[in-house]
Amino acid sequence: GVATSCGCSVQITRSRRNTLFSGIHTCCTFAWTHVNYEIKGDVAVIRISDPNSKVNTLSLQMQKEMTEVMDEVMGNSAIKSVVLISSKPGCFIAGADINMIQACKSTEEVTRLSQEGQKIFEKIEKSPKPIVAAINGSCLGGGLEFAIACQYRVATKSKKTALGTPEVMLGLLPGAGGTQRLPKMIGLPNAFDMMLTGRNIRADKAKKMGLVHQLVDTLGPGLKSPEERTIEYLEEVAIDCARGIVNKKLALTKEMNMMQKIQDHVMSYSFVQNRIYSTVEKKVLKQTKGLYPAPMKIIECVKAGMEQGPDAGYLAESQNFGKLAMTPESKALVGLYHGQVACKKNRFGVPEKEVKTLAILGAGLIGAGIAQVTVEKSINTILKDITEEALNQGQHQVYKGLNDKTKKKSITSFERDSILSNLTGQLDYSGFEKADMVIEAVFEDLAIKHKVLKEVEAVIPPNCVFASNTAALAIKDIAAASKRPEKVVGMHYFSPVDKMQLLEIITTDKTSKDTTASAVALGLKQGKVVIVVGDGPGFYTTRCLAPMLAEAVRVLQEGVDPKKLDSLTTGFGFPVGAATLADELGIDVAAHMAENLGKAFGSRFGGGNLELLKTMVAKGFKGRKSGKGFYIYQSEPKPKDINPELKEIVESYKMMPNPAVSSDSDVQYRLISRFVNEAVLCLQEGILTNPVEGDIGAVFGLGFPPFLGGPFRFVDNFGADKLVEKMKTFEEVFGNQFTPCQLLLDHAKDPSRKFHN
Amino acid sequence: SMAPVVSTKSKKTLSKTGVKNIVLVDGVRTPFLQSGTTYADLMPHDLARTALQGLLNRTGIPKDAVDYIIYGTVIQEVKTSNVAREAALGAGFSDRIPAHTVTMACISSNQAMTTAVGMIAAGQCDAVVAGGVEFMSDVPIRHSRKMRKTMLSLNKAKTLGARLALLGSIRPAHLAPELPAVAEFSTEETMGHSADRLAAAFGVSRREQDEYALRSHSLAKRAQDEGLLSDVVGFKVPGKDIVSKDNGIRPSSMEQMAKLKPAFVKPHGTVTAANSSYLTDGASAVLIMSEEKALALGYKPKAYLRDFVYVSQDPKDQLLLGPSYATPKVLERSGLKLADIDVFEFHEAFAGQILSNLKAMDSDWFAKTYMGRTSKVGSPPLDKFNLWGGSLSLGHPFGATGCRLVTTVAHRLKKEGGQYGLVAACAAGGQGHAMVIEAYPQ
Repeated sequence: GVATSCGCSVQITRSRRNTLFSGIHTCCTFAWTHVNYEIKGDVAVIRISDPNSKVNTLSLQMQKEMTEVMDEVMGNSAIKSVVLISSKPGCFIAGADINMIQACKSTEEVTRLSQEGQKIFEKIEKSPKPIVAAINGSCLGGGLEFAIACQYRVATKSKKTALGTPEVMLGLLPGAGGTQRLPKMIGLPNAFDMMLTGRNIRADKAKKMGLVHQLVDTLGPGLKSPEERTIEYLEEVAIDCARGIVNKKLALTKEMNMMQKIQDHVMSYSFVQNRIYSTVEKKVLKQTKGLYPAPMKIIECVKAGMEQGPDAGYLAESQNFGKLAMTPESKALVGLYHGQVACKKNRFGVPEKEVKTLAILGAGLIGAGIAQVTVEKSINTILKDITEEALNQGQHQVYKGLNDKTKKKSITSFERDSILSNLTGQLDYSGFEKADMVIEAVFEDLAIKHKVLKEVEAVIPPNCVFASNTAALAIKDIAAASKRPEKVVGMHYFSPVDKMQLLEIITTDKTSKDTTASAVALGLKQGKVVIVVGDGPGFYTTRCLAPMLAEAVRVLQEGVDPKKLDSLTTGFGFPVGAATLADELGIDVAAHMAENLGKAFGSRFGGGNLELLKTMVAKGFKGRKSGKGFYIYQSEPKPKDINPELKEIVESYKMMPNPAVSSDSDVQYRLISRFVNEAVLCLQEGILTNPVEGDIGAVFGLGFPPFLGGPFRFVDNFGADKLVEKMKTFEEVFGNQFTPCQLLLDHAKDPSRKFHN
Repeated sequence: SMAPVVSTKSKKTLSKTGVKNIVLVDGVRTPFLQSGTTYADLMPHDLARTALQGLLNRTGIPKDAVDYIIYGTVIQEVKTSNVAREAALGAGFSDRIPAHTVTMACISSNQAMTTAVGMIAAGQCDAVVAGGVEFMSDVPIRHSRKMRKTMLSLNKAKTLGARLALLGSIRPAHLAPELPAVAEFSTEETMGHSADRLAAAFGVSRREQDEYALRSHSLAKRAQDEGLLSDVVGFKVPGKDIVSKDNGIRPSSMEQMAKLKPAFVKPHGTVTAANSSYLTDGASAVLIMSEEKALALGYKPKAYLRDFVYVSQDPKDQLLLGPSYATPKVLERSGLKLADIDVFEFHEAFAGQILSNLKAMDSDWFAKTYMGRTSKVGSPPLDKFNLWGGSLSLGHPFGATGCRLVTTVAHRLKKEGGQYGLVAACAAGGQGHAMVIEAYPQ
């Protein structure tokens, strides 16, 4: 298993191999820093806490000390049972040390790592003294595998308590017995759900699933801090459980109701199991398009254990773990993970003034979305529009977003109301004199943006930041109307704001560092992954998207229908097909964007005929919002049909495909290479500060295939030379739209040059 | 104006210049019965009516000499939502006396009394009856929202077809009733669950709680046997026997209590049925007057009602800590220290809640961290604390308990020869109340 929170990096020393209970230690003067224990009567309470990190990870140091402590505890006959607990509030064990796996050079090396983990946990599982895992906070990956090897689990109901196997999100599998123990503990369907989605399971659900035996409430104020006392209470309950197990007052087998018994019985039939495997395999293939190897390997490991016994199962697990760790998919996903961690930090420092009141202009989809993610963080939020109708719709959107969470029981209706009390909807500028930041999300028209900027500057205090939410207009052009351009910044949110993780912040030459720091701080508070890019037409994300969409239009003109276009793009790994994406974005927005960027960048942004989009807009086919675009949208969003009137439009802009560059694969590479080349050009021109933000922006903002890790990681893995070669073929047919940029050519020339080390 | 009548004993009087002396003339209550017992077939106003009649009998006050009547209640009977008015009419008070009902969870009758104090202090009234009633034998169980909506639409449906269509739309799910829960609306947590967490937060053990509950029952039993519970008035329940005693007082043994399983937090919780207050039917009433009026009518008042405070805090994690917040505040207002208080009467919602409050009041850390105070107020000594039993043993009709506490303080001050008494109580919603009561000079 692997941590999803960044553990401290520990130097790997391959000569050191530790196993648990390797004999009773004679030396008792260990300088333990990560693991310690206290004997309470006949119970040993083992406490873990990594002194160098906010979270505990199963680093080599942690494993070494745990082994030593366990040895001592097992060798002490006065100790009858054990409680394992973390002294860190909010974290049990967040997983294995990801760097430990990354430091490995071969499949065999990772397999050995997995086998050692398996051995450690096997000894835990077979311990003659019952071990109770007392869980408060994240119990993920290797941490979960540790916990499920214990005889009993008690968890707090804290919102921070989360159990999960997130390895799949890093292209890996639970490699320390997880694929073998989980199915037995919680049944095949639940085990597959956990391991294949990697989602976190909250305490109450974990109890229902049989993943933990008992729940403990979180405590409020008492004679100590709530966090401290809650851990103490958890420990007290866990000690009682440990004694209860020894005294046989507490049964280790879970109580099952009739339904569960029937279910378990049904599941024991191999034909039922086989049915589950094939159903799950089909579902996985459909969702991953076969592009992600980890899910299939997880199924394989589970199957091996269930059908051929534990030895085969554990062997399959360790071998597949080794194989997966070496796949480019896993490396790309791990890279994204690191990138995401990096983009959750504010490299511009702490702003002078925290945003306590935010005003948003425009209550449309984006404006209301920004309002929702802001009120959720208890920031006073003013949502202003110019008509009551628009305001009403925006306020309803915020309410609905929160109410949906109430329906899913992630917040109570009271919490919903309390969150909503931070929102003020209005038609005037009252209260703007207290705003620390204003984000405008009005119509994408420079004249309108200038108008609101001037109106706003007349009412806001001097230190208030003015942020413009725009997908394409240059920030410096907007700032031209400002009296204080150092306070003007771009904040490009993605729709739907409450779901999309990315925030692209755009700074001009004049934007002050503090203004940027303030925008980043707000974005991070809103839960966003933030990239900060330079000003220029389309900034980074829109600029990458535009050439790909231009190519998509050309592909349509060549007679490929939207469904086929979508399947080619999703087949490459995009979560949403190109035609659907355009519909979601809005055909009018796409046309507007294409026109603007076409003017700025010239023929390089050509390809498809812009008139096709304009004709669609003229006919009212503006995409999903208008009910018709490339597809028709009825009340049911799922099964959608191609807009029948599209054929006629496409017919009038018909182009003959050149068979030399029109195979399915060619079409895919035509789309992707234009995207990637533009991304590299953004780095070359300094729009991007580094490739990491480029990868994060493309994946989290535009759905660039995650398993490829982003355009830069893609170039590194695919080979710049190979990409350049493909582009040159396309260039011969289509011209400068496929001319590789200088930086890409440099990388092609020198294979040792990589964007990521 | 009148000079204060208080003859100072060892301690000074709390009378303040420019503030009217307001007195408790007397207080009564019906026997508190476990819900579902002898009162089962009554309605809430029947209980309130009985308390009012008891007060009339006890004080002999003319039925038109009262200016106003206020009642506190928590779970409302919809038919008698202003239960104060219905009870007053039924008790034979003049129909010219206005009456209203207040609600503030378990401190509802405290609110009724302090509203009365406010009216007298403001010079609007001279004599006010305040009381409280709770009837848990019958609570409003409602149709589901869906069903209610259908039924209301049915009222408006004009044609037979429309009515049939509405009737046809009723599904089995519509028929599931809605029961009132003793749970916080804001947090959806039941009070017992919160009490268990509170006890855990303050490290109050199961044994401590059982011991405290046993103490409450033993003291109540003794008080009952010795005839100290003189506020109780007998009640001839229609069609049943005369009830003259509280029926929930059951001193058990530690062994018996230890056998009970936790009621809310399972399996490791500490709050059980035996160390919690139970669902109770009952009503109370007090007669409050300006001192001048009382003396003019020839009464010998029982006590002065002095300073009072209301407090509120986090309804999730500090739901039941009201007394800890209210006690130092009201003492400060009165210029008293904890040691000055001779008689303490605290509402006992749960043994764990009382013990947690005692620990909180005795903690400098808690006082500094959560109450913004420089030091602790101190823990009331148990030899002055709830000596005639408490809500755990006598019962706790939510809306009626406050008057019982105040009347008991007055009676205990007299019996024990004390001068100052302190009432404190917690309430749902994370609220609390405290009042200082001064003995009327003998």
